[in-house]
Amino acid sequence: MGMLHVKVWRGTEQGEFQAFEVPRLESQTVLDVVTYIQRKCDASLAYRFACRVGVCGSCAMSVNGQARWTCRTHVSKVAAEDRLEIAPLRNLPVVRDLVTDMREFFDKWARARGQFQGGKRRTDDFARVAPDSRERQQVDAGIECIGCGVCYSACDVVTWNRDYLGPAALNRAWTLVNDVRDVSRKERLAAVAGDAGCHACHTHMNCTERCPKQISPTAAIAGLKRMALAAAVKGEI
Amino acid sequence: MKNDFRARNHPAYWAFVVHRVSGLLLTLFLPLHFWALGQALHGEARFDGFLRWTEQPLVKFAETALVLLLAAHMAGGVRLLMLEFLAWRDWQRSLLAIASGASIAVGLAFLLNVV
Repeated sequence: MGMLHVKVWRGTEQGEFQAFEVPRLESQTVLDVVTYIQRKCDASLAYRFACRVGVCGSCAMSVNGQARWTCRTHVSKVAAEDRLEIAPLRNLPVVRDLVTDMREFFDKWARARGQFQGGKRRTDDFARVAPDSRERQQVDAGIECIGCGVCYSACDVVTWNRDYLGPAALNRAWTLVNDVRDVSRKERLAAVAGDAGCHACHTHMNCTERCPKQISPTAAIAGLKRMALAAAVKGEI
Repeated sequence: MKNDFRARNHPAYWAFVVHRVSGLLLTLFLPLHFWALGQALHGEARFDGFLRWTEQPLVKFAETALVLLLAAHMAGGVRLLMLEFLAWRDWQRSLLAIASGASIAVGLAFLLNVV
């Protein structure tokens, strides 16, 4: 099936693209290509992956300029004229080659109060949440996030404002403020309503466009904006 | 590392660019608008003279562009307000198409009126 012409980022923030030739195979994913290069061409190439089936969220990279989960991205979908340019995710410090330091990404989940805070004890009865309730539907729309960082990498507001919490952390906050069992709604809304929170979003929708799980963080952020506004009017935050 | 145009090449980002650029151009136009209105302070004849100058085809063409900018900026603004204040999912692309269609329609209507 011919050869793929692949350019791979080598180095840290400073570095350059290195060219490789990789045999084109049927049903080949971008992660397959990176793995081939690491195993057959240059064992010093650093990259990150785990599950290979779109569950763990660790293999996201920039492919031909767009952030993608590489394990579920078929070469046939992205390699125009059999050319690939593979780089680390944007908006994150580069550790080496294709590996980014994701600490700030996950720290921001904590800053957005991304932890569930229940009010019941284990001796209490189960919480009953109707699957068709409005809140449950809102949670369902955003709950499948795998924390891959694709949205964070695609977001211009993150580039402009390094403190901005980012689409994934805000989406997580949105799923929690809609969780009827959670008891720290007010504190969470206060945490996401600041200058670096939901109101900083410019609705570019890069996150929604790129999310591999078809989640719309823009919808979640718009929901947070409305909820934060209502809470501020009522004097809650 | 930063994103380049490849990461931004999708309809919603173009809508943002159109909204931002139309806003900036309209801001640049505002002083000219006030200057034109200010001509009325120097008497009727001077203002009428200015209005006759605006009847030139090239000025009319520029006015059409201005109307298109205004329509695009307003439609883009209404789109944003709807995205932010109404509960929504999945129909954001349609909203974008409606906003683009409405602004082009307004621009064409003005052009028809001129011609």
